Amino acid sequence: MRKLTGKKWLVFMLLCGALFLIGCGAKEAVSEKEFVEEKEPTKEIVIGFSQLGAESDWRTSNTQSMKETFTSKKGYRLIVEDGQQQQSNQIMAIRKFIQQEVDYIVLAPVTETGWDTVLQEAKDAGIPVIIVDRQVDVSDDSLFTCWVGSDFALEGKKAAEWLHQFALAKDISEQEIHIANIQGTMGASAQIGRTAGLEEGAAKYGWDLLAEISGEYTQAKGKEVMEALLKEEPQINVVYCENDNMAMGAVEAIEASGKEIGSDISKGQIMVMSFDGVTKNIMRYILSNKISFDAGCNPHHGPRVETLIQLLEAGKKPDKFSYVEERIYSHDATVPSLEVDGNSYPVTVVTSKTLEEFQ
Amino acid sequence: MMKKIKNMSDTNMLLTITIVVFFVMYFAAIAFLGEGFLKPQTFLSILNANAALIITSCGMSIVMITGGIDISVGGVVALVSMCSAVYLDQKGGNVGGAILISLAIGLAFGIIQGYLVAYLDIQPFIVSLAGMFFARGMTTIVNNKPFNVANEAFVKLKDTRVIVPGLGSYNRLGKYIDAYVEIGVVVALLIVVLLFILLRWGKLGRHFYAVGGNQQSALMLGINVRRTKFLSHVLCSLLAGIGGFVYFLHVGSGSPSHAMGMEMNAIASSIIGGTMLTGGVGNIIGTLFGVLSLSTIQNIVSSAGFDEAWWTGITIAAMLCLFLVIQSVVMARKKKALAK
Repeated sequence: MRKLTGKKWLVFMLLCGALFLIGCGAKEAVSEKEFVEEKEPTKEIVIGFSQLGAESDWRTSNTQSMKETFTSKKGYRLIVEDGQQQQSNQIMAIRKFIQQEVDYIVLAPVTETGWDTVLQEAKDAGIPVIIVDRQVDVSDDSLFTCWVGSDFALEGKKAAEWLHQFALAKDISEQEIHIANIQGTMGASAQIGRTAGLEEGAAKYGWDLLAEISGEYTQAKGKEVMEALLKEEPQINVVYCENDNMAMGAVEAIEASGKEIGSDISKGQIMVMSFDGVTKNIMRYILSNKISFDAGCNPHHGPRVETLIQLLEAGKKPDKFSYVEERIYSHDATVPSLEVDGNSYPVTVVTSKTLEEFQ
Repeated sequence: MMKKIKNMSDTNMLLTITIVVFFVMYFAAIAFLGEGFLKPQTFLSILNANAALIITSCGMSIVMITGGIDISVGGVVALVSMCSAVYLDQKGGNVGGAILISLAIGLAFGIIQGYLVAYLDIQPFIVSLAGMFFARGMTTIVNNKPFNVANEAFVKLKDTRVIVPGLGSYNRLGKYIDAYVEIGVVVALLIVVLLFILLRWGKLGRHFYAVGGNQQSALMLGINVRRTKFLSHVLCSLLAGIGGFVYFLHVGSGSPSHAMGMEMNAIASSIIGGTMLTGGVGNIIGTLFGVLSLSTIQNIVSSAGFDEAWWTGITIAAMLCLFLVIQSVVMARKKKALAK
C-alpha cells in the first residue's frame, strides 16, 4: 500500500467509484422487492421531525413530547433532526426525509420565510407536512397540511383576565395595581401575543402600567431588568414576566432587595405573574407563592400531532390550524375559573400532587 | 528528488486511507441503515449541502500544506453571504455584482492576512483569529437580523438544478424524480480539479509543498518563501469568498449565525483528508473525501437515532482522533525509514 503511487492509485480510485455505483444500483433492485413484500404486514409509520434547536426548557420538552408519543411500541418510527438554529440544516433535514420516503414530515420552523421550495418538494413527493409551534409564511397554503401550536394572544388575555378577577375578589381597586412588564425577545410571536394581552387589560381596567422592558427570555437579563425597575419605580406591586426564566430572575432580584414576594398586594407584597409552566422547578415557585400565576404554554405537541396523523391515516382532512390545550396555574383558588372571549378556562391550583406530573 | 517521492507516497497513503474509510463507511451505511443511502440522490444531497465546505476546505488545505492555518474562513463566508444578501435584497443589486463583492471581500481578507503573515512574520493563527473576529463583527454591523433574499434572478439561480442523468429514482407516488446537484457543486468540483492540477503539476503548487515541508531548504532552493506564503493566504481567502457565495446560493439568506464553526469543519476535513498540520503533506482529492466522510458520518449518526447535536460532535472528535493517530504512525514510519 505504501508504494501506491501515480497511475496505480488513480486506477484504484476509479475501481472504488465503479464499485460504489454498481453497489447503489444493485442494492436498490433487491430492496425494492423486499419493500413490496414487507410493507403490508408491518405498516410502520415513519415520521421525520425537524426540530429547530434545543435553546430552552420549553424546546427540549417539545422534542421529548414527540419522542414519547411516537414510540416503536405504537408502530411508529420517529427520526429527529436538530437544526441547531439554522434554516439550511432544517431544509437539508427535510430533503433527507424526502429521500428516506418517510410517511409524514413534522417541522418546527426556525424562521417564517424561505420554505417554499423545500415544501414544494415534499408536496411533489406526496408527503404531508405538519408544522408545529411557529408558523410558516408561504405563497401557497397547500404546501403544508396543517399547523399546531400555541395561542399566545389567548395566553396574554388569560393573564389579564385573571389579574382583573383577582383584584375584584381581593377588593383591590384597579388604580392601585402598578404593573411592570418584563418582555420577551422583541418581535417573537410569544412576546407580541403576551404583551398585547396585558396592554389590552391595562387599557380596559385602568391599571397603572409603569414600564415595559425586554428581558430577552433569560434569567440573567430578567434579574437585571427587575433590579433597575425596583430602584426606578418603588411603587411596583405586580410584575408580569413573559416567560418563566425571566420570572425566576425577577424573583431573585426582589428577594435580594429585601421586599416581600406574594399575592397579598395590599400588604405591600410584590406579585409575580409568568408564562410557560413546563418544569417541576417552576411548579415549586408557584407552590411557595413566589410566582402567583402562570399561564401554561404547552410544549407537549406530540399527542396532538398523533391525532392529526391518525386522522390523515384514516383519510380524513384535519383542521388547517389547531391550537394545543393549555392549562392555567395559580397558587390559590381565589379565581376558580376564567372567562375569555366567551370560553371558560379552569384554573389549576398547584399542590404537591401537581408537582408529580412534571419532570 | 528522493525526498519528493517519499513525500508523495505519504500523501498518497493518507489519501488512500481516507478514500477507503469513506467507502467502507458508505457501504456500512447501505448495509445497516439501507433506505435513503441506497439512492444516489442521498449522496448528491450530501454534495449539495457541503459544496461551500468543500471549497473553503480546499483553501484551508493549501495554507495547511504551506505550514500555516486560517481560522477566519467561517467568518468570511458569513460576511460574504450577508453582504451579498443585503446588496441583492435591500440595495436592488444584481447577481453579477454580488459575485464581484464576494470575490472582493475574499481577496481583501487574503491580501491583508497574507501580508501580515508573510511579510511581518506574525503567527497565522493570531492573524486569522483577528480576521475571524473582524469578519463576524462586520457581519453583524452590515445587518443584525437573519432574512431571506427575494431577488428574482437570484432565486432562479438558487433553484437551478443540474440534472444527473441515469441516477434518478421513483418516489412512492410512482413519479420519476431526477437526481440533481446544485450549481455550487459544479463550482466546487471544478475548483477541486483546478487545484489538484495546480498542486500536482503547477510550479506554485510545488512551492507550497516545499515551503511547508522545510522553509530553510525551500529558501536555499531559491524559492521566494514570503511570496509563496502570501499567495497561499490570498488563495485561501479568495476560496473562502467563493465558498461564501456558494454557501449563500445554497441557503438563500443572510444571517450573523451563518457558517458558525465552519472553519473548524474545514480544518477537520483537511486533516481527515490527509493534510498534516505540520505542513508539506496534503492532497486536494483527500480534502474532498475528508468533507464527504465528515458529512456522511454525521448523516449516519443521525439516521442511526443519535439525533442530539452533540453526538455528531463526538463522532467527529473520534474520527479526527483516529486520523491523527494514523498520521503520526505514518510520520514515525517515515522517520524510521529515513534513519536507515
